[in-house]
Amino acid sequence: MMEPAAYLLLSGILFGIGVVGVVARKNALIILMSVEIMLNGVNVAFIAVGSHLGDVTGSVFAFMVMTVAAAEAAVGLAILIAIYRLKETIDITELNVLKW
Amino acid sequence: MEPILFVIFGAIAVGGAIMVVTRRHPMASALYLILTLFAVAALFVLRQAHFLAAIQVIVYAGAVVVLFIFVIMLINVPVHKLPVERVTGLRFLGVLAAGLLILESAVLTRRFAMPRASAVDAGSVQAVGKALFTDYLLAFEITSVLLLAAVIGAIALAKKKI
Repeated sequence: MMEPAAYLLLSGILFGIGVVGVVARKNALIILMSVEIMLNGVNVAFIAVGSHLGDVTGSVFAFMVMTVAAAEAAVGLAILIAIYRLKETIDITELNVLKW
Repeated sequence: MEPILFVIFGAIAVGGAIMVVTRRHPMASALYLILTLFAVAALFVLRQAHFLAAIQVIVYAGAVVVLFIFVIMLINVPVHKLPVERVTGLRFLGVLAAGLLILESAVLTRRFAMPRASAVDAGSVQAVGKALFTDYLLAFEITSVLLLAAVIGAIALAKKKI
């Protein structure tokens, strides 16, 4: 089996692309998808090192990350629907009521 | 064989992820997200993590992305009302910082070395299931409470009148 270094690099690249999506986009839906990409990048690292060490903990942690990601997507999208009903927009720069 | 497949599926995953963050319409992003998730599932198979690969396809591509597509269709923002993305200084700095993050991970993983354990079956359904229901039973049960809270929260937030 391959050394995990390449997988860790791929994990970092996926996480970085997710960060770009979160900081550079205005569309709240795409920001939520970018968060999913970041969590997937983390999972790649967990699985790569876990299988390298022959330890099942990597898979268990990735499983927990997936659970949190599913919960986050459900709640995040519900908040998005509530916001759209109220403000008729999903542009996060227009949602600045709490901004001082 | 593994390096070739790794390059192929890694390139698909990265290309799909780039398309997700650059598409204008969220529906295109969601479809490219499915592509990325499937490529990552293939990478899990390459690492013998069969259980996680199945969960990735069933839960992520089958449930989370469908949820995204439901919401995109539900709120159905007309194309001319989609937010217009402009390059501002702050945003450019953010992208630069993300690029530095990638560069940093490249430098850090270049000399990554770790002792290899004897080949054991660490990602099969049997091994993961056994670990989940013995050593990690408490965490697994708390996960169900988290999901219940998420379900109730999602319904309460999205409902018009409670």
